[in-house]
Amino acid sequence: MIAAAGLRKSFGDKVVLDGIDLDIAEGTIFSMLGPNGAGKTTTVRILSTLIRPDSGTVSVAGHDLATRPDAVRAAIGVTGQFSAVDNLLTGAENLAMMAGLLRLDRRHRDRRVAGLLDQFDLADAAGKPASTYSGGMRRRLDLAMTLVGSPKVIFLDEPTTGLDPRSRRAMWDRIRELAVGGVTIFLTTQYLEEADRLADRIVVLDQGRIVADGTAAELKRRVPGGHIRLQFADSARLRAARSVLGAARVHEDALALEVPGAGDVRALRDLLDRLDAAAIEIDALSVHTPDLDDVFLALTGRPVEEVAR
Amino acid sequence: MTFSGVTFAHALNDSGIMLGRNLRHTLRNPSTLFGSLLVPIILILVFVYILGGAFSAGGQYVDYIGPGGLVLTMGYSVASTAVGVANDMSEGIIARFRTMAISRAAVLTGHVVGSVIRTVVCVALVIGVLLLMGFSPEAGFAEWLGVAGLVVLMAFGTAWLTVAFGLAAKTVEGASFATFPLVFLPFISSAFAPTGSMPAGVRWFTDNQPFTPIIETLRGLLIGTPVGNNGILAVIWCLVMALGGYLWARALFRRDPAA
Repeated sequence: MIAAAGLRKSFGDKVVLDGIDLDIAEGTIFSMLGPNGAGKTTTVRILSTLIRPDSGTVSVAGHDLATRPDAVRAAIGVTGQFSAVDNLLTGAENLAMMAGLLRLDRRHRDRRVAGLLDQFDLADAAGKPASTYSGGMRRRLDLAMTLVGSPKVIFLDEPTTGLDPRSRRAMWDRIRELAVGGVTIFLTTQYLEEADRLADRIVVLDQGRIVADGTAAELKRRVPGGHIRLQFADSARLRAARSVLGAARVHEDALALEVPGAGDVRALRDLLDRLDAAAIEIDALSVHTPDLDDVFLALTGRPVEEVAR
Repeated sequence: MTFSGVTFAHALNDSGIMLGRNLRHTLRNPSTLFGSLLVPIILILVFVYILGGAFSAGGQYVDYIGPGGLVLTMGYSVASTAVGVANDMSEGIIARFRTMAISRAAVLTGHVVGSVIRTVVCVALVIGVLLLMGFSPEAGFAEWLGVAGLVVLMAFGTAWLTVAFGLAAKTVEGASFATFPLVFLPFISSAFAPTGSMPAGVRWFTDNQPFTPIIETLRGLLIGTPVGNNGILAVIWCLVMALGGYLWARALFRRDPAA
């Protein structure tokens, strides 16, 4: 449904995308995972016809992006990171405007608008300007506007960034429903949990390159054994241990260190030997099965939080 | 350079929707409209009641500056369009429009036609104020029709120009500054005093800048002063502004949005 080869884009001297290949099957949820600045939004902007790549070819829903942008536009819907609603118009007017621009049959427009308002719990606020909406309501309106034309492919650029946990879960449910309905979804996120919960396939983007590609389970398998969590009595020991062990995730408040890698006896003994050699005392130790945080750390050598900062 | 696949009917449909959006914005945020009306009305009052006694432009001074007041009003009204466009371009909804299979020009056409409608309303209101101040035009029906036509044409020309200003500006403040010539040029024209009384260099400029022939044409239509070749010059200036603004705005809007 989406195929891209050799996608490159630079802004001035800054290389944002450094050769991206994508192949996304119809009706799947595809997630692009990465910290801020990895190039996720730039990828979405290119795939959704907003900006042109410096080089590379893209086809969306069977149409070539460079030669038939309007055919691509007719097949896609985009819900960006920054809300794409008209703040001075009411929720109902925003949806009616979309119905008009998509030239839906006049007789069905009102029904379509009312149906979407109901489906997205916006019926009560339909007559109020979007500027008065809460963050969650605005995202719902945004997604509802994207769905007015029943697109075959939907781009969701960090759809839950800034939402409270309840709204986030509700958004996840809606995204799943869409995929069940046969829509192909391209989702970018910096939340590993989100990709883990939703995506059929995940690629990890780091500094404009894809550093991993697979299902959540496959990615986790690439980091056998997950991580070993070490607990220390004070922050001096914590820092000393970090300098000895290198790539590790630090939890300052908990005085804990998470070291990616296998949790087998050999790896464990090696770890303890290195800490012993440096005379660093450990308070407690536990072995964890992997999550996507570990994957990211193992792939990029940096924890997600550190990169995002 | 083609509207690939989008027929004229589609462009019309899309432009109509964008115009509706633009007019709703005006109605829901009327302070912009009041702001662009207030300044020219105050200036007209100042010129007539405070400075007017010292001028001798022949006949009643309010009759002399009436047409200039209308051009001043148009300048202020259209100038607010640049700010509106610059504001609009920073909104996420424009990015959404760009990802849809709609006429690319529709967003701009909506702004231009909305601007023309606002300007015509402002001019009508200022004509009302002028009449209350004793403005007594001698225009018959045909002349009024000519005045209406020229007002619409000038609003159209300057609106395309200000839409381009709004697109070219990197900030809303920049857009506001770019329209300075539109609100300032009417002062260096024959709007408030005949150019004959000005020093040679200033006079050359005032005689040859676009607003003077427009003002002289309006004056001729309204109070019967000789129009000469000002009529044709006025129309040419308006068309030049419209075409230049349109081509510039179109090129700016088609360019990739900034990252």
